Amino acid sequence: MPKRTDIKSILILGAGPIIIGQACEFDYSGAQACKALREEGFRVILVNSNPATIMTDPSMADATYIEPVEWKTVARIIEEERPDALLPTMGGQTALNCALDLAKHGILDKFSVEMIGANADAIDKAEDRERFDKAMKAIGLSTPNSGIAHSMEEASQVADQFGFPCIIRPSFTMGGSGGGIAYNREEFETICRRGLDLSPTNELLIDESLIGWKEFEMEVVRDKKDNCIIVCAIENLDPMGIHTGDSITVAPAQTLTDKEYQIMRNASIKVLREIGVETGGSNVQFAVSPKDGRLIVIEMNPRVSRSSALASKATGFPIARVAAKLAVGYTLDELQNEITGGATPASFEPSIDYVVTKIPRFAFEKFNQADQSLTTQMKSVGEVMAIGRTFQESMQKALRGLEVGVSGFDPKIDTGDEDFAATLYNQLAEAGPDRIWYLADAFRQGMSCEEIFNITKIDPWFLVQIEDLIVEENRLQGSNLTSVDEKTLYRLKRKGFADRRLADILSCTESEVRNLRYGFGMHPVYKRVDTCAAEFSTETAYMYSTYEEECEAEPSNKDKILVLGGGPNRIGQGIEFDYCCVHAALAMREDGYETIMVNCNPETVSTDYDTSDRLFFEPVTLEDVLEIVRLENPKGVIVQFGGQTPLKLARALEAEGVPIIGTTPDAIDRAEDRERFQHMIEKLDLLQPLNATARSADEAVELAKKIGYPLVVRPSYVLGGRAMEIVYKEDELRHYMKTAVQVSDDSPVLLDFFLPNAIEMDVDAVSDGDKVVIGAIMQHIEQAGIHSGDSACSLPPYSLSESVQDEMREICKKMARELGVRGLMNVQLALQDDKIYVIEVNPRASRTIPFVSKCIGVSLAKIAARCMVGQTLEDQGFTKEIIPPYFSVKEAVFPFNKFPGIDPILGPEMKSTGEVMGVGTTFAEAYGKAELGASDEIPSKGSAFVSVRERDKEQIPALAKSLVALGFKLVATKGTAATIEAAGFDVQPVNKVKEGRPHIVDMIKSDKINLIVNTTEGRQAISDSSTIRSSAEQHRVYYTTTMAGGSAVCEALKFAGDIKVRSLQQLHREIT
Amino acid sequence: MNSQTYREAVLALADGTIFRGTAIGADGLSVGEVVFNTALTGYQEILTDPSYARQIVTLTYPHIGNVGVNTEDEESDAIWAAGLVIRDLPLLASNFRSQQSLDEYLKTKGILGIADIDTRKLTRILRQTGAQSGCIMAGDIDVHKASQAAREFSGLKGMDLAKEVTTGVTYPWQEHSWTLASGHQAHKSGEGKYKVVAYDYGVKRNILRMLVDRDCELVVVPAQTSAEEVLAMQPDGVFLSNGPGDPEPCDYAIKAIQEILETQIPVFGICLGHQLLALASGAKTMKMKFGHHGANHPVEDIENNVVMITSQNHGFAVDEGSLPENLIATHRSLFDGSLQGIHRTDKAAFSFQGHPEASPGPHDAASLFDHFIDLMEVNRQGLAE
Repeated sequence: MPKRTDIKSILILGAGPIIIGQACEFDYSGAQACKALREEGFRVILVNSNPATIMTDPSMADATYIEPVEWKTVARIIEEERPDALLPTMGGQTALNCALDLAKHGILDKFSVEMIGANADAIDKAEDRERFDKAMKAIGLSTPNSGIAHSMEEASQVADQFGFPCIIRPSFTMGGSGGGIAYNREEFETICRRGLDLSPTNELLIDESLIGWKEFEMEVVRDKKDNCIIVCAIENLDPMGIHTGDSITVAPAQTLTDKEYQIMRNASIKVLREIGVETGGSNVQFAVSPKDGRLIVIEMNPRVSRSSALASKATGFPIARVAAKLAVGYTLDELQNEITGGATPASFEPSIDYVVTKIPRFAFEKFNQADQSLTTQMKSVGEVMAIGRTFQESMQKALRGLEVGVSGFDPKIDTGDEDFAATLYNQLAEAGPDRIWYLADAFRQGMSCEEIFNITKIDPWFLVQIEDLIVEENRLQGSNLTSVDEKTLYRLKRKGFADRRLADILSCTESEVRNLRYGFGMHPVYKRVDTCAAEFSTETAYMYSTYEEECEAEPSNKDKILVLGGGPNRIGQGIEFDYCCVHAALAMREDGYETIMVNCNPETVSTDYDTSDRLFFEPVTLEDVLEIVRLENPKGVIVQFGGQTPLKLARALEAEGVPIIGTTPDAIDRAEDRERFQHMIEKLDLLQPLNATARSADEAVELAKKIGYPLVVRPSYVLGGRAMEIVYKEDELRHYMKTAVQVSDDSPVLLDFFLPNAIEMDVDAVSDGDKVVIGAIMQHIEQAGIHSGDSACSLPPYSLSESVQDEMREICKKMARELGVRGLMNVQLALQDDKIYVIEVNPRASRTIPFVSKCIGVSLAKIAARCMVGQTLEDQGFTKEIIPPYFSVKEAVFPFNKFPGIDPILGPEMKSTGEVMGVGTTFAEAYGKAELGASDEIPSKGSAFVSVRERDKEQIPALAKSLVALGFKLVATKGTAATIEAAGFDVQPVNKVKEGRPHIVDMIKSDKINLIVNTTEGRQAISDSSTIRSSAEQHRVYYTTTMAGGSAVCEALKFAGDIKVRSLQQLHREIT
Repeated sequence: MNSQTYREAVLALADGTIFRGTAIGADGLSVGEVVFNTALTGYQEILTDPSYARQIVTLTYPHIGNVGVNTEDEESDAIWAAGLVIRDLPLLASNFRSQQSLDEYLKTKGILGIADIDTRKLTRILRQTGAQSGCIMAGDIDVHKASQAAREFSGLKGMDLAKEVTTGVTYPWQEHSWTLASGHQAHKSGEGKYKVVAYDYGVKRNILRMLVDRDCELVVVPAQTSAEEVLAMQPDGVFLSNGPGDPEPCDYAIKAIQEILETQIPVFGICLGHQLLALASGAKTMKMKFGHHGANHPVEDIENNVVMITSQNHGFAVDEGSLPENLIATHRSLFDGSLQGIHRTDKAAFSFQGHPEASPGPHDAASLFDHFIDLMEVNRQGLAE
């Protein structure tokens, strides 16, 4: 049965901004779906509010709408585009929920749009806990004993049945948002209350605890003829109780006999049939009792997922691509397995001859107050995947690929600490982000496998392997490099030990270990990922390293460009950099180079095996990169697109003779080294805020007197705004020096005068080493002091004069020429009192590159890559800045709802996980749309609480006027209330928390406040008011912590009723 | 493995390739045809499958032995494979059903194995050159001797192994398929609805179990049992089992099948049984390059136009071009288009090349057993009329 001819156009829904639980895996799947359907001749219409994605590149779809994935907006797009079909299974929970809303509101019926892939009933059956439970019982499968509750009373009745611990999960939330494990009644009530609040259907599923059971996932694909295949079985190393997104997982499943595996396989297929997923990929999760093998179905996702992206990368079987083709009528046997060059059909089950390990990456360092324990609600922000021939090898490769300052099982515990034994026990018993390293420490402390199993319930099969690695480490400890013979080193390398880890154990340098290894002629070989365990030959160059006999890499003699990727997603380095890497690879391939990608993030488009000619799925570390360079001998290596990960390798790579192209590592250093940067600023006669470097607390205080307050303070040794604060007074500075950083000669603290009333700008530019072209000037909407990644910005600027902008252009061009930039450059500028200050220069790809490229209709990353290989901007016909005749606003999206209780205030440290874009003919419209895309829900009426710091009070009248005009009643703390009254508006005064009850937090908790504008500064004031923000977050009250945010909401509400949608393709035609 | 005494092993191929690794299992020397299997699970079922007689099995998944071994998962009472080649023997077997480690199991049964070699390299060699003769040597190593032994093994072409692995005596079979809750349960004797005689050319237990599940009263007979003896038992159906080696030399079996086909008794063949049914019907068989060995093979059910993922283990195949008019192709491999199933148009006889009994592997093709039951039922009603 070939493809359907009764449908011509298909609407694909994307997943919106990157949030915890929905990361760039949906860009990977969505991009694959777009490609797959367009090559079949369908007209593809795409909706996704996230401009950082590859899928929203205008060349990926026939009509691309960077608009909120929300039913009212999508309804407008449907009205405009009249698609025949809607594919809702590529954009995660966001797309499914939106599709269900469209069906519920009759939009699909009204415009005769058919849902393909999964229909509304199947989605509902899989998602609605009660229906799912019934369905599973009907096919003879067990589900956890569970109860449904729609109120606290019902919840309490269910709890009485099972006792504690029990697991609480709200219906229809993503990444397990709002769920948790309750060990006692108090925890139970807290979690239930939060869950009822978060569930769009006010529904909770309360499960008996299966903590300690083994956890498995099956990735199933089904076609309309009911052919079913299992693409991959994944075993969670962390047993039940930890969200699979936060678990270390291993593929294939390791601890099942064939008999047990086949039970699970049959059950998975039955589940798909019963739920009614007609075509496409689904994920089914199981718990298995380690005692008797009893099998319980936990849940199923009737769509592609994080796990299916992982399964695709783990096996080489592109689930999303195949699912898209199945949705339009093909059957599995009609599709080819691309990796074997079509020698075999897609209707088979991949067999793998290696082990894949995935480890999540967390960002708790950004959220100090957050509860770090891992539970059923996902908290990680990214993941790393590694491939090795054995579990030990893949595990150790994954650990070093994580980039969390370890190169393997580095010790965590300080045995000098007298409480270390208790710490160790707690860390094992209550899993946090670092448990895997504590496991290793437990073995170092002589704990037995059995003891550790009793505490963690991690299958002994995994534990003994970690134990063995520690045995190897212990054996090596105390000896020196010269005593390591070839046989020993080979054994260690085969077990996945990094040179760096061996160096740490042997107290020598990494290069000494490398030299020893080179002396033995010992290098990794590269094996191919081929879906079939070598049964068929493959031309596809999807490779991983291992220490074995035969190398299958077969490098060519062509001119090659190697692109280093960005590793696992983290806050500050995410999909934007992957976008740049992918564009670099595409451009180089278009120009006839053989392209090579190195990366270890399974969620990304860069690690799709057909993005580049050759893919090395490897950790982006010095050792791993050097080996690939040695093998491939590329003409050039691009380090400036993958964020800090490759950039920090630049100098070491250069020292080893690796041909780094584009801006030189020295120029990068000139921009990053504080003193060298200052010299450049002075040389070019530019301005930067007064600043100094302090090596002790007293010195800092002295220097601060000279510079003046407020000050931005940060340690010199970390990037991305880590531990960055604004201090307003000496005691705050002293407090910071004492608590936030450990200052010393080697790690000084940097002090910069903070420009409190400045407007900040981001400028992206591209240079060929001679000519510089401005990509865009973006004006931040939040005032200075908020990290640029967390600030909304407008392109073009909405309130800057032409002359100021011209001056900025000149400043950027001067610096680009001075640094000899060849490629991209990002500059952060501040404007205060008509003076332009240079805050920061980064001669590399920035977070804003994809946003700018979508706005101006030109891929800056591609242009920059071509500059790096020697083409001029003139050659490329890019000689003039493009200023679009419409406004585009980028707004940040935050993960605060995953970390209950933390203060969601914005500051100089970046906290956002993703971004959305809004486009409009006016700045206000664009701003409003961005705001709509970024938030779940903006209240349109009710009470607005306003409490602002002193220097924002002059903006109060305008804000009050807007809010009142929209129909809000105003509530304010005394100071702010006085200002509002003085401006002539009615206001209800309310107590601050410290002024006695009832106070504002009581009002929030009793749902009497609908919208909050709360600005504050200074340590004490921030801490006094933090309960306002955290309770607002908990009670899902819309809030903003900036004045700009306040006016944004008002703008958004003005446009809420009148949505205009325009495709990117239409917009780009307006550019002349 | 570090604390144990390390023993070296070599695997020598007839083409001169030598792999050096770690000995697992017994010491000594063993020769056979070296094949690879890509199944991710079920090593114990594979080792005890009589179809692997005289074959050295390479398992492509690197960790083999993860779940140990147990008595429930045996497909016969012995390890038939001539040797085992793996990348890694894990430090520990972990499964609630495990009774013994794989290493001990091999030793107890006197089977040689080699670990820690680049099994992917070996697989690629076998894929390119075809299945080769090989030799595993463990304990006292003499590479030259191993190579020579490998070269001297003449291969499976023309080799009748069914005769060697078959049962010596006729016996009844009453055990059911395994379930998680109750393991293997026994059928009460004398209560089966269909009397089936199963020819044992190297039968896997799971075939017998699946017939018992379907209410068959089973009698297993040696490979060389004559048709006359079988027909004297007045069976409702005759089953032709899987087995090792080349089907062509099994003239006694071909003759017996031809005689049985002269009656109206339904016949069902699997694997070697399939090839023998084809030969008995006038078709031809041939040796494949490296055969099919795995648990992920897509097979097209031609009539229903659906795909089944099947377990496969064969080095010989029926040549579709040689099918006489009264044999139709019912199944084809979607990997290489080779013939996977046939049905007689004039008789209630059919057969399948893959393994519908799975064990190891997916259960997708289990309905073939139901077809056999249907044929017996129809035949019985026909006789009653």
